[in-house]
Amino acid sequence: MNPVIRLAPVVSASRFGAYRELTIEAPEMAAGARPGQFLNICIQPGGAHLLRRPFSIARADRDGGTVSIVFDPIGLGTQWLGAREKADIVDVVGPLGHGFDVTADPGVDLLVGGGYGTAALAFLAAELEARGGEVHAIVGARSRARLYEDTILDESCASIAVVTDDGTAGVQGLVTDPMPEMIKRFAPRVVFGCGPMPMLRATAAVAADAGVPSQLAVEEFMACGVGVCWTCILPVRANGSLKHLRSCTDGPVFDGEAIAWA
Amino acid sequence: MGVDLAITLGGARLANPIVTASGCFGSGKEMSRFVDLRSLGAVVCKTVTPEPRLGISPPRGAETASGMLNAIGLQNPGVAAFREGDLVWLAERNVPAIASVGGHSVADYVRCIEALRGAAGLVAIELNLSCPNLEDRGFMFALSAERTAEVTAAARAASDVPVFCKLSPDVTDIVAIAEAATGAGADGLSLINTTLGMAIDPLTFRAKLSTGTGGLSGPAIKPIAVRCIWQVHRALPHVPIIGMGGIAGVEDAVEMILAGATAVAVGTANFYDPTATETIARALADFCEAHGIASLDEIRGQVKIEG
Ligand SMILES: Cc1cc2nc3c(=O)[nH]c(=O)nc-3n(C[C@H](O)[C@H](O)[C@H](O)COP(=O)(O)OP(=O)(O)OC[C@H]3O[C@@H](n4cnc5c(N)ncnc54)[C@H](O)[C@@H]3O)c2cc1C
Ligand SMILES: Cc1cc2nc3c(=O)[nH]c(=O)nc-3n(C[C@H](O)[C@H](O)[C@H](O)COP(=O)(O)O)c2cc1C
Ligand code: FES
Repeated sequence: MNPVIRLAPVVSASRFGAYRELTIEAPEMAAGARPGQFLNICIQPGGAHLLRRPFSIARADRDGGTVSIVFDPIGLGTQWLGAREKADIVDVVGPLGHGFDVTADPGVDLLVGGGYGTAALAFLAAELEARGGEVHAIVGARSRARLYEDTILDESCASIAVVTDDGTAGVQGLVTDPMPEMIKRFAPRVVFGCGPMPMLRATAAVAADAGVPSQLAVEEFMACGVGVCWTCILPVRANGSLKHLRSCTDGPVFDGEAIAWA
Repeated sequence: MGVDLAITLGGARLANPIVTASGCFGSGKEMSRFVDLRSLGAVVCKTVTPEPRLGISPPRGAETASGMLNAIGLQNPGVAAFREGDLVWLAERNVPAIASVGGHSVADYVRCIEALRGAAGLVAIELNLSCPNLEDRGFMFALSAERTAEVTAAARAASDVPVFCKLSPDVTDIVAIAEAATGAGADGLSLINTTLGMAIDPLTFRAKLSTGTGGLSGPAIKPIAVRCIWQVHRALPHVPIIGMGGIAGVEDAVEMILAGATAVAVGTANFYDPTATETIARALADFCEAHGIASLDEIRGQVKIEG
């Protein structure tokens, strides 16, 4: 669908662990949103911080007409959003970007999520499962407080492996540690990833070693989110030559093997 | 009643003075999801060069107080692809187009202009003489009156449409550069391009842009833009100026017209308000009506300075 710009009321604001979740009423966005797409949200109306911040869509409730984001209140914008309450209004553009490609026939897939990145994969897991697929997931974070857990993910996945850097939840280690074993066991068609860039880079390498294609949702600075400023480019290799593609409109989901990591 | 917003830009006739700033609107395709392009005076397209350019590595942007820094390095598909793609797309929709051309040498500008000759819907060409992100900053034409005159004369001779020179505020005397451009045949001026800035992350010690420095844009630079337009308009009252730098609302547009601008371009505001151009174009008609202004000629350059 074409993205829209609108003022949307907050339906619920909640916190779990280190993260916040905001659900807003935006029926046309809920109807059109695909897993992997994002919303671009104004974070200081009338203030000096003008640029919107991008957030992956963590959930779209088509019947209820709402969309949700999950975020880590690490800076100005995320803290402002973290202070929103029910009935507050936020200024949103979306849904933006190309989501994950889920059009192939149903099969077995592996999801690899890091930190709040897992939220976007929960939306994807529900979609893949609804299409008749079998979904396995590896979810990781620095510590238990930053582990994204959600019943939709639990219900949609046939198995979930949990890892944390410090061992406060699941197995101590990185998301890439259980990957080779799970790829061998489940023979996924595709590895879908969302999380911090270093994690995505490692995920792409392990998937490529195992000969499995990967689809990764990247994060780059985005000034506009709508394809006109060219600040958000990701270096990608296509037919032997280097291209600078826009993360916002050509992504944010890219073929992991094509990304020319810095 | 019946406010006439139509303007003439060095021979090019536009339905209203609100246009887009190069590099901040693509060629309109993406933005047509948010605005009716026919509500604008023209679309000023992103700068193109004779050959495709990859541009610089990320990070290319950073937010700053009331603005942002960018360093794109003129990424573009090359003038030929631009003419066959975006220009045709705009012409098919009857949207007047102003092409922006750039390069490292006088020959680069001439090659671009020759490649655009006769293009349908092309109403003017803007020479980007002031992009601060090319590898060799010493090469920025707009820093030197002689080099500005040299490239402008060659471009004017090669072009079949009006030529506008886009200047940099990062000079000691912008009037001297403006006079060099118009003396060499420029039909008008575009004021201003970004001003060079820098931002550093205090936690990582890293510059926020991969190039270290980059162009500052947004409301933070509006007073610089208004000053440049005012100085140049005072010295060259008959030269049409496309004013830009921090335009976010209709009052900003009126401010630039009072300083002497004929048209007003919206840049960075598109990023945070994708509807900004159309909103300002429509609000300008309402503003004129509300203030009894029948034509913008009545207020252009009419700033009052007391004392
Ligand atoms: C496509 C896309 C999807 C995204 N989805 C989400 C999402 O679902 N949830 C979410 O929380 N964020 C997401 N982000 C990142 C989100 O936009 C950033 O968290 C946000 O830009 C930070 O904004 P801020 O205003 O809070 O921080 P700022 O005030 O802009 O930055 C504060 C400080 O934090 C640093 N910083 C910025 N981002 C990060 C980071 N990710 N980790 C550590 N330090 C950082 C900055 O360098 C700065 O020093 C996404 C980004 C993209 C491009
Ligand atoms: C991301 C970005 C890209 C730009 N690219 C170009 C360009 O290709 N050519 C050009 O002449 N100016 C370019 N500019 C400058 C703008 O056209 C404009 O002169 C400047 O940003 C001031 O206006 P603003 O404050 O409204 O953005 C760019 C500005 C930005 C922010
Ligand atoms: S964020 Fe502007 S082009 Fe992608």
